Amino acid sequence: MPESAEHIVKSYEQELKRLRGLIVEMGGMVESQVALACAAILNRDRAAAAQAMEADPKVDAREHEIEQYVIRMLALRQPMAGDLRHIVAALKSTGDLERIGDYAANVAKRSLALQEFSLRSAASGLAHMAALVQENLKRVIDAVGADDPEKAMHVWRSDEAIDEIYNALFRELITYMMEDPRNITPCTHLLFIAKNLERIGDHATNIAETVYYAVTGTPLTEARPKGDLSPFVVVRPAGE
Amino acid sequence: MTSPNDTDAATHIQAPTLETRPAQEASAAKIAIRNLDFFYGDNRALKAINLDFPERQVTGMIGPSGCGKSTLLRCLNRMYDLYPGQRATGEAMMDGVNIIDPSVDLNALRSRIGMVFQKPTPFPMTIYDNIAFGVKLHEKLSKAQMDERVEWSLSRAALWEEVKDRLATPAGGLSGGQQQRLCIARSIAVRPEVILFDEPTSALDPISTLKVEELIDELKQDFTIAIVTHNMQQAARCADRVAFFYLGEMVEVGTAAQMFTAPRELRTQQYITGRFS
Repeated sequence: MPESAEHIVKSYEQELKRLRGLIVEMGGMVESQVALACAAILNRDRAAAAQAMEADPKVDAREHEIEQYVIRMLALRQPMAGDLRHIVAALKSTGDLERIGDYAANVAKRSLALQEFSLRSAASGLAHMAALVQENLKRVIDAVGADDPEKAMHVWRSDEAIDEIYNALFRELITYMMEDPRNITPCTHLLFIAKNLERIGDHATNIAETVYYAVTGTPLTEARPKGDLSPFVVVRPAGE
Repeated sequence: MTSPNDTDAATHIQAPTLETRPAQEASAAKIAIRNLDFFYGDNRALKAINLDFPERQVTGMIGPSGCGKSTLLRCLNRMYDLYPGQRATGEAMMDGVNIIDPSVDLNALRSRIGMVFQKPTPFPMTIYDNIAFGVKLHEKLSKAQMDERVEWSLSRAALWEEVKDRLATPAGGLSGGQQQRLCIARSIAVRPEVILFDEPTSALDPISTLKVEELIDELKQDFTIAIVTHNMQQAARCADRVAFFYLGEMVEVGTAAQMFTAPRELRTQQYITGRFS
């Protein structure tokens, strides 16, 4: 908690610590799930893909556990001010982490379908994107653990870079599909993978906003830097 | 419900629509306290307090024991005048008059500012006479008018239905929660403008507490209310604005929502989250 003093009721203080521990642990689970999913695509690692998919029910179970814990604390402790904000933040963050886990599992599944195709140059853009997304995820989980609004702001601001790579990949993959219809299957999977990674970045940004509010008590009212322009992209064949 | 003054009551009632809320927030101060100090002998118990009590709103005062919140309440109806060596300086302006000025007529002031205490304090007389007693001091009413006033007061205090068949029985026979509502009825019988509640539910069971809270919510349509409470959830439920006091100072005041979700001051945050040593 930002307030230095400990709660007079020790068991309440312990519950608050445990809640934070549960969220950080869940963050760690999801972080490694995303790492496995990225390895599955970039290294064509079937075992990593299987592990990423197997992790999903465990992440879901953790979300359920945190939800129950939060409901119990709200009922029994009637939290106020910073405590209330942190407890509600845990409830919101667990939902974001669960979604991130789903996207990671989906990336892992698609990596299996991609095994028989060559990834060509799209792989380098995807690798860069995967690295940025993982870095943001790690940083936002650190921000949760350390109650650090500055770190959270950093994540919030750097999501735009992920969106930019996504836009570039989107155009690139469409171009490959236009060049040769045989590329349509792998490139469609790659588009979904890129979109899933981009969504993971968005959920990390949500968590950053949640941390910022929980710690400072002030919502982030600035418009979020949004860079996903793919809904507006039209790529025409040469000569048209 | 019968009202002794239907026209007045009607104009006071505000429909709880969204449109009226901003106006309510901006409502003028019924009592404006400026630079108020209070002394118990040499002990300065309140230090340069500035606080507004907006008209027809509930202002809650919270803080640890000895922080001065009850003292401030006592200033508002000059309770301290009963005790030698206690004095207040500064201003507490109500409708352009400084109510802590010694020249103010105390009887008139106390008919305008009623008070309800922590423990129910029914007079050792009948339910009817508990209400009529204070009214007789200020007004000459016929029997029919007094009957009407007693019914109106008890109805406003949500007690009429429970006691209408035993008005002539001693008030001491009522339950604690009923006695407290009787005291509230007694306060509003003289048709004050402001009602001060000093921990009004600390001696009551949870259901009686909720009834009194519901009553406070009803009463704010017509009266300006100040409530001192140790129960933070109660302040959150009842008050429009909440002021936090500590060691004789007013640390922070804000809307109940702001104070209980994102207080500005660290001391407020620590107190309301239970981190106060």
